[in-house]
Amino acid sequence: MTEPTDTAGEQELEPTGTGGRRHDIFGASGFGDTSGFGGLVARPPQLVSTPRPYGEWFDEATDALQAAYPAFGDAIERVVVHRGELTLHIKREALVAIAQTLRDDPGLRFEMCASISGVDYLADPTGRRLHAVYHLLSMTYRRRLRLEVSVTAEDPHVPSLTEVYPTANWHERETWDFFGIVFDGHPGLTRIEMPDDWPGHPQRKDYPLGGIPVEYKGATVPPPDERRSYA
Amino acid sequence: MGIEEKIPDGILLTTVAKVLNIARKNSVWPAQFGLACCAIEMMAVGGPRFDIARFGMERFSASPRQADLMIVAGRVSQKMAPVLRQIYDQMPEPKWVLAMGVCASSGGMFNNYAIVQGVDHIVPVDMYLPGCPPRPEMLLDAILKLHDKIRTGPISGKPEHTTIGNSPYVKPIERDTRASKGLAVDAEIPAFTSPLPGAGS
Amino acid sequence: MTNTTDESSATTYNDNDPYAGAEPEGEGRVFTVGGGDWEDVVSAIDPAESERIVVNMGPQHPSTHGVLRLVLELEGETVMEARPVIGYLHTGIEKNMEFRNWTQAVTFITRCDYLAPMFNEATYCLGVERLLDIEDQIPQRVLVLRVLVLELQRISSHLVWLGTGGLELGALTAMLLAFREREEISKIFEMITGLRMNHAYIRPGGVAQDIPPGAVDAIRQFVPVMRSRIDEYEDLLSANPIWIARTQGVGFLDTEACMQLGVTGPLLRASGLAWDLRREMPCLGYDTYEFDVVTETAGDCYARYKVRLDEMRQSLRIIEQALDRLRPGPTMVADKKIAWPAQLALGADGLGNSLDHIRTIMGTSMEALIHHFKLVTEGFRVPAGQAYVPVESPRGELGAHVVSDGGTRPYRVHLRDPSFVNLQAVPAITEGGMVSDVVASVASIDPVMGGVDR
Repeated sequence: MTEPTDTAGEQELEPTGTGGRRHDIFGASGFGDTSGFGGLVARPPQLVSTPRPYGEWFDEATDALQAAYPAFGDAIERVVVHRGELTLHIKREALVAIAQTLRDDPGLRFEMCASISGVDYLADPTGRRLHAVYHLLSMTYRRRLRLEVSVTAEDPHVPSLTEVYPTANWHERETWDFFGIVFDGHPGLTRIEMPDDWPGHPQRKDYPLGGIPVEYKGATVPPPDERRSYA
Repeated sequence: MGIEEKIPDGILLTTVAKVLNIARKNSVWPAQFGLACCAIEMMAVGGPRFDIARFGMERFSASPRQADLMIVAGRVSQKMAPVLRQIYDQMPEPKWVLAMGVCASSGGMFNNYAIVQGVDHIVPVDMYLPGCPPRPEMLLDAILKLHDKIRTGPISGKPEHTTIGNSPYVKPIERDTRASKGLAVDAEIPAFTSPLPGAGS
Repeated sequence: MTNTTDESSATTYNDNDPYAGAEPEGEGRVFTVGGGDWEDVVSAIDPAESERIVVNMGPQHPSTHGVLRLVLELEGETVMEARPVIGYLHTGIEKNMEFRNWTQAVTFITRCDYLAPMFNEATYCLGVERLLDIEDQIPQRVLVLRVLVLELQRISSHLVWLGTGGLELGALTAMLLAFREREEISKIFEMITGLRMNHAYIRPGGVAQDIPPGAVDAIRQFVPVMRSRIDEYEDLLSANPIWIARTQGVGFLDTEACMQLGVTGPLLRASGLAWDLRREMPCLGYDTYEFDVVTETAGDCYARYKVRLDEMRQSLRIIEQALDRLRPGPTMVADKKIAWPAQLALGADGLGNSLDHIRTIMGTSMEALIHHFKLVTEGFRVPAGQAYVPVESPRGELGAHVVSDGGTRPYRVHLRDPSFVNLQAVPAITEGGMVSDVVASVASIDPVMGGVDR
């Protein structure tokens, strides 16, 4: 059964902390509600953690991780199981140890780090807006796992995973380039996509999209982030 | 070609100019500047189906020093812009630039911080070719129009790059925009008054 | 010339001699050796750094597969250090997607890896569909059509690899042959999607529209032709001594290095590990098709060449099976609040909504009109969450990490591009080899800079 347009009150909502309060059904504001449905308020999603049992292989994996890394209970902030995917929100101090355990433990064997990226949750309720997201792949068990570490913009330091997964090198450089997350212990944390002297971190939410207004047949169309929105 | 540039066009060397321009247009060597998706269509133009060799242009010169035409095929990022200018500067006169695709012509669908909104911000462009990506036939059409431009152009290849008003093309571009007619660019939207009785705005 | 204080150098000129000139006689440094290995003597005295030159295989280069810059430190012809510099094609696609609908964002992500655009669309749409929780409602015809176009795209991408790889190594005929075949596939794509490249055909919920009547026959005619042409490429290159000399033993990368560097795709399979996401963690019904996962053990450029050629053959097998499986059915998910409403048809004034569709929404069904309006202006809402559903693109594991905040626009989309990760292997592959091997190695990695820089 699908409820794709129902945003209110799904208990398994992945906490995103985007603070999405909407006051019209269309979300547009500033030029008059055209729908007649004004007054509807969408509740902002809360930071929830899925209660046990998680289902599928997730219980077995978290138990194996707990057994191999006893401090797991302190390091874990939240466990989210959503749409068949497991996300572990962990503290940054425990990141390297947990990644090493995940890689080496014979019951877990997450050999490959598929991708590391960042997400900027500007309206995160705890103030830790920059999230570094790590996707791990276990080829032995055909499983995927996601680790997420949250930091504030004032103290955006996360330990680097290049010792555990050498492939993290460029991914961490890219995350530094676009979000400003500093990976301590990285062999050479420099800008990789933007020019070396570029100011700012472009994929943060408070960085403008840039762009110029375009004139076409007498009218000017503003760049996409300044246009009037229907949503 | 020193003395011909100093003599005004059309006085002394008309026949020579014609022959020279025909020779130039028949042997344009493109500089290889394929950047993104348009580069694939440019390669397809070099392929056997849309054969560019019939125009003598199959030698995509890797070295700009031996190239005549720079086909900017693809989106030009801020990091790539100085490289583009350097390659353009390394090309000897006469040289032409064809902005292939919307990204090279105007920034295309990427109206953002990372893309130069049209390579005419960096180099003077002789032919703009829209499309995302343009079909190989469209590229060939643009090349043929450029050939016409070369053939009917002045002997020095093209007029001074920096003066836009010196175009040898007599017909001015007629614009049909509000700005050209002296009207305000953004039309005033009259305030909406509802015809319903008793309604607000 | 400097005086060396190293006693083992045994220079012939004496700095205490007042009659010796400031410059030594003879050219260069002069050493007196009393036996021993020449290599040891020279390396002790003459450090290698003074012989190294730094060469920039710059972003504009015929052999670097797009705007890749390689900074090479060469000692003679040997590459001592190779550093790839990327970012020359950075377009901000991921940030641009945050300002578009979920469906409009497909047109952006399709331009990331522009040689296999539908793979980008596929991984993104699979992520969106997972968040929408409609994965089990996708119609069967959609799954088959998606597999069909994805495998055709794989062949097309491998043909560009073959053409450009051959071009860079000097086999210009390969370029012409490969692009001849690619035209056939582009014609088929034009028939199905309307565009030769960057199709935006796979949309969240299904595909943009159904295939036209002649497409199945065109593909059926194409498959045996393509099969014979792949044999033609084998005849041209596989036993060619120049090709073998340039690719065998060149660019070696073993399985352990691949795993550490995160390298997937033909490079991993050419090193011996049979890891193919279509077989191991299948989506789109790939587990119901019969095909082999092609592996080689040599781990060099020649092995990758063989792997890609055989992958083209396997793709043809899958295409034939997909064609046999096509049954009439819907091409979009049944939920009208998500399904893209466009039923395009060629009318008197060009391509647009078909008259049947317009008749339905204007005359028959008010809900259809409302759905059409809402979907086109606002778009559907996707429940909050994140999803990562990778697919096996021609270059490796391609996955879009899709984050939604419950709205009509993607909150964040990050594309894990295989070329980005595979390019990290360039120093490992090229250091110690010759400059010409750099060209062969980078060609065998098959990077697409649009995906690397996004």
